[in-house]
Amino acid sequence: MTGGPLAAFWHDFRGNRVAVAALVVVLLLLAGALSAPWLAPQDPYDQVTLSLLDARRPPGFVGSGGYVHLLGTDPSGRDMLSAILYGLRISLQIGVFAGACALVAGTTIGLVAAFVGGRLEQAIMRVVDLQLSFPAILLALILVALLGQGRGQLIAALAAAQYAYFARTAHGAAAAERRKDYIEAVLATPLPAARVVFRHLLPNILPPLIVVATVQIANAIALEATLSFLGLGLPITEPSLGMLIANGFQHLMNGRYWISIYPGVALMVLVVAINLVGDQVRDQVNPRLRR
Amino acid sequence: MLGFLINRLLQAAAVMAAMTVIVFVGVHAIGNPIDVLIPPDATQQIRADVIARYGLDRPLVEQYLAFVGNLVRGDFGRSFVFNVPVAELILSRLPATAELTLLAVLGASLLGIPLGIYAGYRPRSPVSRAIMGASILGFSVPTFWIGLILILTFAVELRWLPAGGRGPTAVLLGVPWSFTSGEGLAHLLLPALNLSLFKLALLIRLARAGTREAMLSDYVRFARAQGLSELTVIRGHVLKNIAIPIVTVFGLELGSTLAFAVVTETIFSWPGVGKLIIDSIRDLDRPVMVAYLVLVTFLFVVINLVVDLVYGALDPRLRPGAAG
Amino acid sequence: MTAPILEVRGLATHFFTRAGIVKAVDGVDLAVARGRVLGLVGESGSGKSVTGFSLIGLVDAPGRIVAGSIRLDGRELVGLPPAALRALRGRRIAMVFQDPMMTLNPVLRVGTQMAMALDAHAHLPRAARRIRCRDALGRVGIPSPDERLAAYPHQLSGGMRQRVAIAMALLNEPDMVIADEPTTALDVSIQGQIVHEMQRLVADTGIALLWITHDLAVVSALADDIAVMYAGRIVERGPARDVLAEPRHPYTRGLLDSVPGEVPPGGRLPQIPGSTPALRELPPGCAFRGRCGRASAACTTMPELPAGERSVRCHHPL
Repeated sequence: MTGGPLAAFWHDFRGNRVAVAALVVVLLLLAGALSAPWLAPQDPYDQVTLSLLDARRPPGFVGSGGYVHLLGTDPSGRDMLSAILYGLRISLQIGVFAGACALVAGTTIGLVAAFVGGRLEQAIMRVVDLQLSFPAILLALILVALLGQGRGQLIAALAAAQYAYFARTAHGAAAAERRKDYIEAVLATPLPAARVVFRHLLPNILPPLIVVATVQIANAIALEATLSFLGLGLPITEPSLGMLIANGFQHLMNGRYWISIYPGVALMVLVVAINLVGDQVRDQVNPRLRR
Repeated sequence: MLGFLINRLLQAAAVMAAMTVIVFVGVHAIGNPIDVLIPPDATQQIRADVIARYGLDRPLVEQYLAFVGNLVRGDFGRSFVFNVPVAELILSRLPATAELTLLAVLGASLLGIPLGIYAGYRPRSPVSRAIMGASILGFSVPTFWIGLILILTFAVELRWLPAGGRGPTAVLLGVPWSFTSGEGLAHLLLPALNLSLFKLALLIRLARAGTREAMLSDYVRFARAQGLSELTVIRGHVLKNIAIPIVTVFGLELGSTLAFAVVTETIFSWPGVGKLIIDSIRDLDRPVMVAYLVLVTFLFVVINLVVDLVYGALDPRLRPGAAG
Repeated sequence: MTAPILEVRGLATHFFTRAGIVKAVDGVDLAVARGRVLGLVGESGSGKSVTGFSLIGLVDAPGRIVAGSIRLDGRELVGLPPAALRALRGRRIAMVFQDPMMTLNPVLRVGTQMAMALDAHAHLPRAARRIRCRDALGRVGIPSPDERLAAYPHQLSGGMRQRVAIAMALLNEPDMVIADEPTTALDVSIQGQIVHEMQRLVADTGIALLWITHDLAVVSALADDIAVMYAGRIVERGPARDVLAEPRHPYTRGLLDSVPGEVPPGGRLPQIPGSTPALRELPPGCAFRGRCGRASAACTTMPELPAGERSVRCHHPL
């Protein structure tokens, strides 16, 4: 692709070395998570491969499986590197799914509000604003408490806690676009409204939404980890990074730092890297902030 | 002005009413608290007694009306788990959360605003870049994970500070506090630091953006052209201008600090309201959850109202009769 | 002509941007005497505002003064430490900005801002401070100054705000005032009042005034002398009457011709062809030659601006 807007975008993006490094890290972690079954030395949730003789061993220990546990083992003799790769997979899945659900729900709500106008618009946006002033973590906590535990419930809770950011962004961008002449002109033609929205409006409000989506995926991952750490996230059968950290928490005091710290490092690197990429994308989408 | 106030008060009342319904209906749907309260091998008689005692056999609407009536009287019911009045339970945990939250917010402001002003005043200096880099960390790394690192570093490795608990408390004005004794303060330090980091990052960013905007403005240039010293420019012009957005966001963030206290209190076994709510969610202690949610909503509504009013007081352009 | 209070020689202010060096001001000579008004005329981008900010030592990064000398009452300002410069700013040399809507801090009362300007140079008791501020407002023709002191900027009109800004500039009785297009953002009727006010102030107080503008009509009403600036250099200077009546540089001629009113109604207004050159990649020689009808091969070398009261930087003057 030459000379297109994407190429120009990439050219600007390349100027920020930190952002490029962050993008590489994100892609590496993504690749690691996707290929976990092939990459991990062990299937950490196959009871057959676990041996209590290997339990709580420090990094570098050669276990009964005959390979080095690079990041040590947990109290069940599980290889931490394998557990982290599988945990990363679960965390990323939840984050991306929840982010996507929030994106679709929030954008729809924001667009509807912008186009119906009047009192309904005011009422919708008032609710959205109110929710935005309410901390997402508290909201997610309440929703998880209400809906109970499970993957679907968790995704629903995260999406419900985050949709408002998308709704606000979509509404703001759409309301601004709607006032512009070209939309008025298109609306005056007998094109169906849905087509106007998708063909003309969406491409214009997409960039700010992408920015919000990047940051919200990172937030969803962090939220999920927090909830799992508090014991209110995924069920025990799906150990995300947050649960790995929680499981290792009690061993932290005994000096067995690796059970908790390495999953935490993976989580931190992932979240910070996504945020750094998001920061750069935001600066590029909104040049007013650049300076 | 009066109309604005009445309008806002009505809105606040509507939000509160809506929230009580949502909370009540929502909490009722969680699960059957009887199963938690009564051992599976209990007799039918005990079951019926407990159900009658907590009014769990009456229709939902009736339970709700009774609940709202009690709320208005300040009666939140009795905790299933602790078997004490919820109001009493929450009040007894409140001082711990209050001192934790206030210390965190105070520390974040005293540190974050000067750092942010510096970063905005000298945006290209290496120190400013370091400040901004650190603020990205404070922004994006989950609070619980930072808490863990703090414990590992200062409690486990260095053994400087205790890893959890509230330590000894001293009674002041009839309320037990930790901050009054050296050892209590030592217990308070790590959780407060943990809780303040997100706020710190936020305040740094806000103060930086505001300072940057003010420094590039014509009025700062004009002030310099009159020979005002840089210190006077920052004190007299910049500070006054960034105060408006900072107070606004700050007020709103006070509520979210309470939310994050949930996480911090759990990690540091801090016996505050946050730990109470997590425990009550785990134990399905319905009256405590309901009371907590209603109180938090109330707090938010009040804070929103106050922020709206303070905003008007700080920005002369928004005052009544301010038309130019 | 008396000894000038401000004397500028070979002033050069360059901006070191990532895309290259922008020579916004590149060898400017100026002189203003007490009680006189010098009009510095040029299009936007000619470097006239940067010249003004260079004089009070407020060039924003990445710009800086790279050469030349600025003498205020015989004292060299270039290379002065920041603290010494600050002590001079507002006290000996003051400045009024273009947009009065932006120059006053919206969240501070007028009185507070004036008090800060006073405090920067003198420590007066409260009552004396108040009297000074009130008198300053009265001097620029502001009615009921006590009320204005308690007002916020948004409660004042644009013209009133510019008067406040002028009063603030005069507060510490400077020798020299730089006015950077102070009437451009105002209504025409207000413009006239402000120009008139400034004229009176110069006559009353004997300050020297450097009036930066793109508007020849304003200059003709106010200035004793004129310097015309183009692409970072002075191209023509002399007594206002002479320059306006008999411009010798083709650029000045073009500027004068494009003022409406010199042409009978219905006639076509002449304009200078082309646009101001990009300062980053100025070709050698006269910067105006690309737009000049009289340009020749000789113009590829930079013409000199001869010393003297009336001079022009051109190989083929009119």
